[in-house]
Amino acid sequence: MGVYVCHCGTNIAGMVDVEAVVKAALEFPDVAVATEYKFMCSGVGQEIIEKDIRDLKLTRLVVAACSPHMHESTFRAVSARAGMDPYMLGMCNIREHNSWITDDKLAATKKAKALLSAAVFRVRRQRPLDPVSVDINPATLVVGGGIAGIHAALEIADAGHKVYLVEKEPSIGGHMSQLDKTFPTLDCSACILTPKMFSAGRHPNITLMTYSEVISVKGFIGNYEVQVRRKPGFVKTELCTGCGSCQQICPKKVVDTVYEAGLGYRKAVYSPFAQAVPKFPVIDAENCLYFKTGKCMMCEKTCPANAIDFNQREKFLDLKVGNIILATGYNLFDARTIPQYGYGRYPNVFTSLEFERMLSSSGPTGGRVVLRDGETRPGSVGIIHCVGSRDKNYHEYCSKVCCMYSLKFAHLIMEKTGAEVYNFYIDMRTPGKQYEEFYHRLQNEGARFIRGRAAAVMDTPFSKAEEDKLIVQVEDTLLGRQRRIAVDMVILSPALEPRADSREVGRVFGLGCDASGFFTELHPKLAPVSTMTDGIYVAGTCQGPKDIPETVAQAGAAAAHVLSVIARGKVELEPFKAFIEKGSCSGCRICNGICPYNAISFLENEKVPEINAALCKGCGTCVAACPSQTITAGHFTSDQIMAEIEGILLDVKQESNESSTTVKGGKS
Amino acid sequence: MKYAFYPGCSGEHRASAYQDSLELVADFLNLELSPIPDWNCCGATEYLSVNRLGAYALSARNLALVPKGCDQVVTSCSACYLNLKKTDKILAENPDIAKDVNAALAEGNLSYSPGIYSIRHILEVFINDIGLDAIKGKVVSPLSGLRVAPFYGCMLVRPNNGYDHPEFPHTLDDILSALGAEVLTFSMKTHCCGGHMSQIKAITGYELLRRILGEAQGKGAGIIAVTCPACQLNLDAYQDDVNKTFGTNFRIPVMFFTQLMGLAFGLDRALLGLGKELISAHEVLSFSKGLQPGNKIKKDKSKTALPASGAKKR
Repeated sequence: MGVYVCHCGTNIAGMVDVEAVVKAALEFPDVAVATEYKFMCSGVGQEIIEKDIRDLKLTRLVVAACSPHMHESTFRAVSARAGMDPYMLGMCNIREHNSWITDDKLAATKKAKALLSAAVFRVRRQRPLDPVSVDINPATLVVGGGIAGIHAALEIADAGHKVYLVEKEPSIGGHMSQLDKTFPTLDCSACILTPKMFSAGRHPNITLMTYSEVISVKGFIGNYEVQVRRKPGFVKTELCTGCGSCQQICPKKVVDTVYEAGLGYRKAVYSPFAQAVPKFPVIDAENCLYFKTGKCMMCEKTCPANAIDFNQREKFLDLKVGNIILATGYNLFDARTIPQYGYGRYPNVFTSLEFERMLSSSGPTGGRVVLRDGETRPGSVGIIHCVGSRDKNYHEYCSKVCCMYSLKFAHLIMEKTGAEVYNFYIDMRTPGKQYEEFYHRLQNEGARFIRGRAAAVMDTPFSKAEEDKLIVQVEDTLLGRQRRIAVDMVILSPALEPRADSREVGRVFGLGCDASGFFTELHPKLAPVSTMTDGIYVAGTCQGPKDIPETVAQAGAAAAHVLSVIARGKVELEPFKAFIEKGSCSGCRICNGICPYNAISFLENEKVPEINAALCKGCGTCVAACPSQTITAGHFTSDQIMAEIEGILLDVKQESNESSTTVKGGKS
Repeated sequence: MKYAFYPGCSGEHRASAYQDSLELVADFLNLELSPIPDWNCCGATEYLSVNRLGAYALSARNLALVPKGCDQVVTSCSACYLNLKKTDKILAENPDIAKDVNAALAEGNLSYSPGIYSIRHILEVFINDIGLDAIKGKVVSPLSGLRVAPFYGCMLVRPNNGYDHPEFPHTLDDILSALGAEVLTFSMKTHCCGGHMSQIKAITGYELLRRILGEAQGKGAGIIAVTCPACQLNLDAYQDDVNKTFGTNFRIPVMFFTQLMGLAFGLDRALLGLGKELISAHEVLSFSKGLQPGNKIKKDKSKTALPASGAKKR
């Protein structure tokens, strides 16, 4: 066996005495060679190992370095290249589990030795394994029909593969469809988005599933089985022409809290906007008079295509796909959570999304910037940045897009109304192509910038000039004094936060969330769209706040990953499967019921269960439950685990031997 | 649960209406308050900036005197509340200070180990231990139509006291609503009443008062409800001076919230200390004529108006 201890620059060597660890390793059983190197994962490091395997005819290997998530695959490849079975490798994590989490050098070295001896003892018991190879289903599921989902779906569909695009609202388009213009170029959001929506809607390889949600996911890379719940829209889409007469006649007006962000109305039967894809409206049963009172049915009477069907029920559809891209987007932080800013209390305090709808020429005001009365033009507007962002009480992170869209607002307000615009900011954060230039442009255009987190918005005038105004109380940290800025309108720039159900969605897809609730990528730098689950990728704001260019780049990257998996055709799975020694099985069937992956069936004629290797995840539940100990988990056998425990306790055993000797020696 | 009660100096004279009404209401709600024997001044707002150790020792002495069997210390004055709570926290976090304070207490054969009591304001006890539903259930004369401006002052909710929002609290609003009053959305609710500024630099104190009274008048308040003796004194006693200084015409009665509770519970007006205020609340609180609301500000809504802000997302 060869043992290789990595310095990881100073990441490990700065805390662990690597030379002492190597010295200790040479004392462990079966260790033929032990050495250290600055970066074991580098080409030079890999060559050292490869050479040793060939020259010394090594059959087992332990690499003491970082987490197996990081480099286990690297060193397995090294083993395979040098002709050694890759499953005879053990990764010993002395970085994440050791050097990064302490500042005690002695303890870190001691722990490194213990972890290493555990790995050595375990690897001594490891056995060669045969990898399992499975075919990849080339169909892909994309969850979320915002710009990320649309872009990823089109990339994959254009390459000739089937895509199911699932969206919970009646139309695809997402938040981007609500925006008027996009920073810093000020090009029209709809003009660049709607053609893509249209392409996605009519693409022969894309099946749109709007008003639908994924409720369960089973399987593994290449072979996922997904169930989708399609809410009833009460409109027969095969008959509907999208003429819109039902929406005109519908007598029930509802505040549209989704597409119009609460600033406008829709009907109970509605298509969120004119360019919606698909064009078919849905009936919102919660507000529809027919569902409430049993009367009305105006839409049914009016529909020239007889497409209204009040008897529709929800449908469950089963899909088989090889890969899944999650692009479920974000929620806007509820500005009422910070009551001192007065949202929901003062009519003329707006949120950024409300204001986007106000700016939009197809929005509730036809693009006019007006106060809540719908008529009065504001003479002055305050924009408060970082509402719920960069704030330990709410979200500690920066939401990344607010500085830029606040600048965009400032420009458009001045252009449309000539009003004075005040930006209340903590720091202006404008990294990005042409972003800083846009900031300078706004400074030259006369937008005002006051550095300081606004303390409160109030309607109490302290002087004549403040009467009938909203007053923003702020500490101007550049002047070093308190200021009160009286304005007619306040726009809050709330944080981008994870979807309220992100943790539940994460559970459905087997994904983790970070402390804030955004989906966790496999590696923040080197695997930004992959996840801990093979075949499932993330794109866009469900992974963290980001702007449109970054979202599209991620969506493209996720699509490229999927296409690469499809091109491979097959994928090798970890051969860590459970198997049953049929001879000693009593046929009690306990394992049948508890397998979380339904991988165990019962062979009636032989009266023994059988494990489907493709479905088995090697979780070990059946192994632990089997009363006659006839189930073994490959790569996690009882003797391997016992050996590992014996190894990790080796130093304790030695110490207790020594202390019993000293007691005998008469010292206490 | 047994409550040790720390009344504070103002409760004995200027704010006797607060203490009288509080005792009456607490009794009515079956809250057993045992007074801390031989208590002393909390040091008010000034002493901490003059002599820290002395100030901590003053408050620690009050805590050391809490009767046996009590695990809760309750006070009605916001400054006393802040001083007791602050002292307990500082002593718990700084064993050196606790040691010095205990050395001082030892002179009087006393000692205090910080962190053993919950230190609470009576408003929070009403909210969390009695509960809004129980309070609502006891109301016999609802304050319907009475437009009340709820005023918390600066020391009750800041820094974060854990039971209410430190920037825009709502618990007093909730109690007043439970009593049937019409509670105004009061932007100035946590601003400073001036504290002792009215004695130190009167014009500064008057300006602070003018702002608070200005919003109350502008929004048509019939009455201002307070939770702190200093707030009551400043807002009530200096209205005439504020009027003279700024040419305003404020005449808004300022009452302790416990007086309004007692009134809604149908308790005796004289025992609740009604009439002890300088700007008389007699007219506005006269049930025989029906409660007198302030001037209702009319809201107009045009046809072109956009939907109200903050609609709940489905």
